Amino acid sequence: MTNKKMSAIGTYLTDYFGMAVALALLLIIFGLSARNFFTLTTFRTIANQVPDITIVAVGMTFVLIIAGIDLSVGSVMALSGAVLGIALVEFNLPLPFAIAACIATGALCGLTNAFVIIRWKLPSFIVTLGMLEIARGAAYLVTQSRTIYIGGPIEVITDTSVLGLSLPFIIAVLIVAAGQAVLSRTVFGRYMIAIGTNEEAVRLSGIDPRPVKLSVFVLCSLLTSFAAVIQTARMSSANPNTGYGLELQAIAAVVIGGTSLMGGRGSVISSFFGVLIIAVLGTGLAQIGAQESTKRLITGCVIIAAVIVDQYRSRLRKPRV
Amino acid sequence: MMDAAPEILFNASGINKSFPAVQALSEVDFDLKTGQVHALLGENGAGKSTLTRIIAGIEKPDSGRMSLAGHSYIPKNRTDAESLGIRMVMQELNLIADLTVAENIFIEKLPARFGIIDYNRLNRSAKELMDKVGLVDLDPSTPVKLLGVGQQQMVEIAAGLSRQCRILALDEPTASLTDSEIELLFAQIAKLKTAGVGIIYISHRIEEVARIADRITILRDGRLIATQPANQLSISDIIRLMIGRDLEYDRLRHPVKTGEPALRVAGLTSGSKVKNVTFEVRRGEILGVAGLMGSGRTETMRTLFGADLADCGKIYLGASDKPAKIRKPSDAVRNRMAFLTENRKEQGLLLTQPVRCNISLTKLSDISRLGWINISQEKRLAVKYIDALSIRCSSADQTVDQLSGGNQQKVVIAKWLFSDPDILIFDEPTRGIDVGAKFEIYRMLAELAEKGKAVIMVSSDLKELMSLCDRIMVMSAGRLAATFSRNKWSEEKIMSAAFSEYVAASKKGVNTKNDK
Repeated sequence: MTNKKMSAIGTYLTDYFGMAVALALLLIIFGLSARNFFTLTTFRTIANQVPDITIVAVGMTFVLIIAGIDLSVGSVMALSGAVLGIALVEFNLPLPFAIAACIATGALCGLTNAFVIIRWKLPSFIVTLGMLEIARGAAYLVTQSRTIYIGGPIEVITDTSVLGLSLPFIIAVLIVAAGQAVLSRTVFGRYMIAIGTNEEAVRLSGIDPRPVKLSVFVLCSLLTSFAAVIQTARMSSANPNTGYGLELQAIAAVVIGGTSLMGGRGSVISSFFGVLIIAVLGTGLAQIGAQESTKRLITGCVIIAAVIVDQYRSRLRKPRV
Repeated sequence: MMDAAPEILFNASGINKSFPAVQALSEVDFDLKTGQVHALLGENGAGKSTLTRIIAGIEKPDSGRMSLAGHSYIPKNRTDAESLGIRMVMQELNLIADLTVAENIFIEKLPARFGIIDYNRLNRSAKELMDKVGLVDLDPSTPVKLLGVGQQQMVEIAAGLSRQCRILALDEPTASLTDSEIELLFAQIAKLKTAGVGIIYISHRIEEVARIADRITILRDGRLIATQPANQLSISDIIRLMIGRDLEYDRLRHPVKTGEPALRVAGLTSGSKVKNVTFEVRRGEILGVAGLMGSGRTETMRTLFGADLADCGKIYLGASDKPAKIRKPSDAVRNRMAFLTENRKEQGLLLTQPVRCNISLTKLSDISRLGWINISQEKRLAVKYIDALSIRCSSADQTVDQLSGGNQQKVVIAKWLFSDPDILIFDEPTRGIDVGAKFEIYRMLAELAEKGKAVIMVSSDLKELMSLCDRIMVMSAGRLAATFSRNKWSEEKIMSAAFSEYVAASKKGVNTKNDK
């Protein structure tokens, strides 16, 4: 029994081991090549950067697991951030109400995505591509293409810290933990994996896949608008241009974490590692004086390399019989 | 066999092949003579497919020698083997769904002028080949995705025949063919034999093998058990050699008193495939559903289960006079129905997921609280079913794609047993499954009926229907053509009922009455 248990824990660890090693290697490389890499400032910079993208990546992991994709997260972040800004500045709403309005906006976008995808059986790629434009346009509309400065009222979020860690970072880590628990331990998570593996088999097993799919798309947008609150707080303002290319960053992080674009396989914790790898890479390269061009070249190579490595890994895991 | 002994066309000796975790072949010898059919028999996982794949250059042996017409034969890959005239028609369909039938048949050598496909020539040559295998009514420019599984298999076979070859390996070619299609295939095989082609034939249908094979090789657990001329082996010999023990072929059923109706279907209609079908099943009864392929058997079951939309018709459950509302599969499952689909890989299983997740899927609510799954309870449950159905797997955590066909099917059955249904619909439950597992599944069905469940079994195998069922309903061109009870049926009666609507249709407008 102990043997079995040990090997179970073993496989559990090896799932994250590769990611942890890659991250550790990056830290060592930058620690050796940049003079001031191992300083509090570096880690504070990274911890400040990652919360919003981490939260988006959690939702994106879910969407990819059900074999969907959500390209609208960047625009949804801009739109819900804009709503937050307007609610605070123009309507003088108290912060909790403004946040509620922001999250409701996200939920509405997600609901629209999900409804259209399910009702007309359309590929999520196309529908969310449409939403990418719509939400961006709406963000420009409500802000009249201007950045709304908020300042004090929203900065409480970033200024609060517990045990030296900023509130957003703690929230992000908690969401990752909760997301992983939902995925691997709940009925909802099981349904997600099942739908991503074989939706028709799920339907013919007497489970209606539609409510699950709907929840996943809504959850993704909901988490995105939650990330928008944190992002807005960090910038002290709501900028309708925010979140450009966020969808691709999030997908990159999730894919580096080994989640399959074909659905049915993925891990929230690994996605978090993916986010950290990209963030450490960005910060480290900046510190050794690399230019934006170099940064992007290297990030691109890392994404492709990660997928290649993952393919070898899954081939090893699955012997042909 | 009356002539001088045919020469050896192909010879393999001492073939070994292992995959991670299993020794697929150990020290297997095999030879093939010109103009002969050499059948490979064995349970799933016995090594038949692996051996054939090695011969066709798809897999490489770990050790062993092969020679073709006296010369050493070491194929680098499948293309290399094909250039030497060794071809394989695989069990898994190998067609490109969006291309037409003709394009698929000639995919390797599309007739073209200046790079532009000559569709007239393509469709004409395709039509010739299709006529040979009996796809007479099919337009060569139909996209393959619009065909049923059986027709796709015929296209696959036509594609195999289109290419010049010295050795043709057929892996389960008849798995989803009707009897008439099988006859056409056998006629083709006979022609190839006279042309001197050596044929390797893999099938689970022993009667069929006994008919067309010149020699039979039996494999078990990757070892060669016997190679003998077909006329020296009886069917019971073959079964004994394959499974290594004797099997009783007699009645599987203990006669049970059938109870009150479990399901009544009235005037069920859906599209052009299900026309005004009325029948009932009682508790404790096994109702067989026979019919040619495309006769609407599967469609009727799908409509009944809510997988396809019904245009009209009523479904009554139990003794209720109120029709049940079944508009999607989840409604059916809520009404304690279960549906094992004909296509387990595409529609029944989560292939890349562990056995336990597949079994628990139908009723996760039973092993969860407030949406939280109790994983250890799930494992216990899975182990219970693995033991009860003797599913061969390394653990409840093994993914189903690593299991053999028979064991995969048992996982699907376990999944439905877990949902504790009253009415079970099995669509071709023994397709592509070895004899041992087949009998286990028959026994399970019989047991379910004994427990008072209502069982509906769709099958193309008349023998299995006749040995297992209490009544057999026969479908023909979307209609219920006839229903026979045990002792009142014969193969001829069932077959003529199966053809009845097609005959009626060709007489135009003449309506044959159902003889209930």
